[in-house]
Amino acid sequence: MKKEAGKEYIIALAAVGLGLIAGALLMLVTGNNPLLGFYYLFSGGLKNLERIGNTLATATPLIFTGLSVAFAFKTGLFNIGASGQMLIGGLCATAIGLTFAWPKPLLLTVIVIASALGGALWGLVPGLLKAKFNVHEVVCTIMMNWIAYWSVYYIIPAYFKGAYLETESRRIPAAASLKVKWLTELFDGSYINLGFFLALIAVVVIAYILERTTLGYELKAVGHNRYAAEYAGINANRNIILSMVIAGTCAGLGGAAFYVGYASNMQIGVMPSQGFDGMAVALLGANSPWGVLLAAIFFGVLHSGKGFMNAMTHVPPEIADTIIATVIYFAATSVLIERCWERWQKHRAEKKKADLPPAGEGKEQKAAGGAG
Amino acid sequence: MWWSIIEQIFPYAIAYTVPLLITALGGLYSERSGVVNIGLEGLMVVGFFTGALVISRLESVLPGTAIWLGLLLAMIAGALFSLLHAFASITLNANQVISGTALNMIAEALTVYLARHLTGSGNIQIVNGLIRRDIPLLAEIPVLGRLFFTRTYATTWVVLAILAFSWFLLYKTPFGLRLRACGENPQAADAAGVNVYRMRYLAVMISGACAGLGGAIILVTYSGEFNGTVAGLGFLALAALIFGQWKPWGILGATFFFGLASTMANVSQAIPALARIPGIFLKNFPYIVTLLVLIFFSKTTQGPRAAGEPYDKGKR
Repeated sequence: MKKEAGKEYIIALAAVGLGLIAGALLMLVTGNNPLLGFYYLFSGGLKNLERIGNTLATATPLIFTGLSVAFAFKTGLFNIGASGQMLIGGLCATAIGLTFAWPKPLLLTVIVIASALGGALWGLVPGLLKAKFNVHEVVCTIMMNWIAYWSVYYIIPAYFKGAYLETESRRIPAAASLKVKWLTELFDGSYINLGFFLALIAVVVIAYILERTTLGYELKAVGHNRYAAEYAGINANRNIILSMVIAGTCAGLGGAAFYVGYASNMQIGVMPSQGFDGMAVALLGANSPWGVLLAAIFFGVLHSGKGFMNAMTHVPPEIADTIIATVIYFAATSVLIERCWERWQKHRAEKKKADLPPAGEGKEQKAAGGAG
Repeated sequence: MWWSIIEQIFPYAIAYTVPLLITALGGLYSERSGVVNIGLEGLMVVGFFTGALVISRLESVLPGTAIWLGLLLAMIAGALFSLLHAFASITLNANQVISGTALNMIAEALTVYLARHLTGSGNIQIVNGLIRRDIPLLAEIPVLGRLFFTRTYATTWVVLAILAFSWFLLYKTPFGLRLRACGENPQAADAAGVNVYRMRYLAVMISGACAGLGGAIILVTYSGEFNGTVAGLGFLALAALIFGQWKPWGILGATFFFGLASTMANVSQAIPALARIPGIFLKNFPYIVTLLVLIFFSKTTQGPRAAGEPYDKGKR
């Protein structure tokens, strides 16, 4: 087991390395200096306390959506719907934040619960349809994304319209924002907010569910082989629904972290890209909660540094998205990296054998196909 | 009154349907051969970008032909770009959904990066799109003429021809039988002497070409400007493919339903009878209907049995 985990880290690092090389080539081809580009990209994300805070704040929704995708994937489900779940979570959070004038601790508690419930509902529908009617969750979550998108598009202007623009909600009052004074001051006025700590708690909780509970065991069993799990007395349908509900809950919380934490109002007509980036985060993090945390922070650095890089050089900010996308492609084709790695190991083992004739262990690892 | 509304919105509905139709048709080839292609969205964006780039550069030099050249190159670009997906999912047995998602992300990031590098704003405009034309004689047919043969784009007829040809190719030729066999039972197809890998590569490239064409058609008909996104049309095409039960004529019906429903929602404000229905219902209508249809068809779904599974020669 330990060895397998080690291999996953190597694959992730190799994918990141190859993605950065691809980004460098792209900068070169378009006539920019890649070293300078990367210098500003990373210093834009890490230069000082404020920028580090912003990086963590950018990473926060990604941690949630990454957890969401990774959790569903453990049960063998593709949650393409993290964007929609995030939108509904954000809508619930915004609606409560703009409606009630309660003291901050109470209001924030209700907001967090409401966003979790909203996301859970948006995960429940695909879960139910998958379990009861065998409707493919990919198509279903795509539909749910658009239903969320258009619902927000009409509900925000109708009930929570901003003072100047039709396309956004009113500003969230300070009492309803996940930003708190001491944290903002600690990071020299950055966007970091309580959502980050919520995300850390979520990582621990999800890791606990997956590794230490019967529920987690059953979920993973269904993911490995639904029919074998059923034969062993596990209710596969119930686990599929639960898995999507928990995945939706994570993404819904991500909506709260983004719309009433990072941002201070809700824009309409925007499908949050964090939902799709969440798939990237989950994949790079090898679907483990801790891996998701690290991957989300890495993507956070790229996303929060791209503006600075764009200001200091002529490199368009989309380089960050291109790097992320390339990293994902290399992670998806990790079999290639695995094969190279194994060949290298074999080569090294053979060399060793040649040096020391008696010690011939001949450890061979078979390529376990797929990225899961 | 309803009739005049239908006459008014029909040309728009058809214009919206056509890119969706050709993209879903591309998805049909890919899925029938056993490869799920979530990357249709990204492939459309690639075609959208390539078309805009080619046409904006050439339209002053070669007025008229530049558009067709742009469409052709968009198809080629889509086919080439889809090789990334083919390589990952066929040669390396990677997870097809993940590989397709990576394709979407690369396409959307890379094209905007390049567009921004070229124009500064990230948008690429073309001056002249296709012109709507009446079909002589056919436009005179009493009812149908007004609906189908007036103010049409040439691309509509090209796409319908591809649709008819695809139906013939997939269901009436040995090639089509072999392609479908790869998506139903690749082991059996292999045993019968079909090169499953080559067939799947070909099918994915066809899907790339079709999606690329779809993206470019958006440009030359109703958009006129590359702006980095096709707003989920690729995903909608995927849904239409399943809605249409993986059959060419079913896809035509499903995409036309989406086209009509979306157009009705888009023009609802201008038409009093529709303006009374809240926009939230009109906009969500196609998606909710799709979900209901999927539930309805769930017992009899006839999707390709091996779609989504990497072909493993050693597997029994």
